[in-house]
Amino acid sequence: MFIIGERINGSFQDIARAIREQDPRPVQAWVRKQEAAGARYLDLNTGPAAREPLKAMRWLVEVAQEASTLSLSLDSSNYEVIEAGLEVCRRPALINSVPAEEPKMQCVFPLAKKYKAAVIGLTMNERGIPKDAESRLALAMELVLAADSCGLSPDDLYLDPLVLPCNVGQNHGPEVMQTLRQIKLLSNPPPRTVVGLSNISQGTGNRQLINRTFAVMAVACGLDAAIADATDGQLMEAVATARIIMNLDIYCDSYVELYRKQNTVHWI
Amino acid sequence: MVFMPIVEKYRSKVQEVVLGATRAQGGTRDFTVTVGGEAALPFLHYEGQIPHRPLIGMEIWDTAPADWPACFAPYFADSFRDPAVWAQRCVSGYGADLVVLHLKSADPDLLDTSPEHCAAVVSKVLNAVGCPLVVLGCGKPEKDNLVLPAVAEAAAGENLLLGLAEQNNYKSLTAAAIVYKHTLIAQSPIDINICKQLNILITEMNLPAGRIVIDPTTAALGYGLEYGYSIMERVRIGALQGDAMLSMPMIGNIGAEVWRTREATAPAEENPGWGEQHDRGILWEATTAAALLQAGLDIVVLRHPEAVRLIRQNITELMGGRGV
Repeated sequence: MFIIGERINGSFQDIARAIREQDPRPVQAWVRKQEAAGARYLDLNTGPAAREPLKAMRWLVEVAQEASTLSLSLDSSNYEVIEAGLEVCRRPALINSVPAEEPKMQCVFPLAKKYKAAVIGLTMNERGIPKDAESRLALAMELVLAADSCGLSPDDLYLDPLVLPCNVGQNHGPEVMQTLRQIKLLSNPPPRTVVGLSNISQGTGNRQLINRTFAVMAVACGLDAAIADATDGQLMEAVATARIIMNLDIYCDSYVELYRKQNTVHWI
Repeated sequence: MVFMPIVEKYRSKVQEVVLGATRAQGGTRDFTVTVGGEAALPFLHYEGQIPHRPLIGMEIWDTAPADWPACFAPYFADSFRDPAVWAQRCVSGYGADLVVLHLKSADPDLLDTSPEHCAAVVSKVLNAVGCPLVVLGCGKPEKDNLVLPAVAEAAAGENLLLGLAEQNNYKSLTAAAIVYKHTLIAQSPIDINICKQLNILITEMNLPAGRIVIDPTTAALGYGLEYGYSIMERVRIGALQGDAMLSMPMIGNIGAEVWRTREATAPAEENPGWGEQHDRGILWEATTAAALLQAGLDIVVLRHPEAVRLIRQNITELMGGRGV
């Protein structure tokens, strides 16, 4: 499982101010911090307040690319904003995200094909987030089929079963775990899976503990990626260890350091 | 019905490692060789590119070996006393791709020769042959820490393949490889975790991963070959799945393991049912090598010229006839 670093988001005041004042320093500081901590992708979100979101996304992409060679995850529900970012991405990006709604899928998947991007697909539709695993899987299948009809391989589809905060949506936890496991049976090659990790702990009093416990459990269910804060050191240690226990990486004494490093070091 | 093989897709490939350096590159070799680069499991050409064939290194010593069986005498007896002549015989007589010079004489329990003496032997062998050279210490860490840096300095720029670096003894050799521009053999005791850890430790000293060759250690046929085999196989699968710290090519010191087994050396009189020792020993070495080539070895180190001939033929066939 790898981490999509989540901190570069206009909802945070420092990033919002950076966008407003076109000051690359706060953005690039977070880019470097997330990269050094072991993120493999960087999530970029202009935030709700950006006055010119297309321009803001283009600027974020360019500023991030100046500071890092990591791939970018473009986070917006406005697909014009996403395309503005895709136009200036130097490496294949990740589109974050599309729900299982026909018109939106018909807009996003061709966009992904055009820019060789991968897509995060949300197992929700106009009726909201399903309660159980079966309904989540039905939507996951719709996403796989729609992607396929646009020529996008399931390899390039990251399905998010949508986790709810564990204090209010406690009954969703086991359903999400089951969905993560069963998504792998939907196609060959199987779709990939992703979660927005910190959703699980929103409004709780022990966020980091809940986040990393969920991360470990999700790795055991085959989770491929998480949008999370890579600078949470204990989270990264727990994920690295879960990867060892799941036989995803071969053990060595420095496995934690290596997990942090191997996301950024390109040996070949 | 047409047979459709199931094709695995891999994320990554094995590091390419260049051995030797020509005059233009700061050494004196006539040519360099490249090992590694595989993008598929051994010889599965339909799954991915295998750009370089495995190489055969022939082992020579810097002192006449007392315990090699008599079946070597017809091939080497007149050259045992001079490693330069022995090296030439391996290359021009028996087609070795590499000469593997084992500095046995430095062993404190044998001749305890000086680092300067060993460095001079290495220079002499370098002068005698044009192929890249592999140099192994005597195997006693305290002494090798004196011998190998001296060798590295005397052969600066030659890009020797120098060994052995081990988990508890890698720093001085790594430093010497960095300063004098050589490549390193990182040896682990049939243990993939130590293998990976050692590669991390060495690369942390800033020797590039492309200057390391893994020796995962093996045993001869009948003595635990399958343990070595499965470690090599896991190393190779790890490399193809993107584990950078297992992505180096592998070398196997096969001759030394085989020629100390009873099956290879016992005379026919001891066990008439086993057949003639000469043929048996050669087949024991060739069979061990053939098996480990299937596990992913990039360099097989052999002793007997007849085993070399058999393995060369085996490699040529497995590479689809690409010449040796």
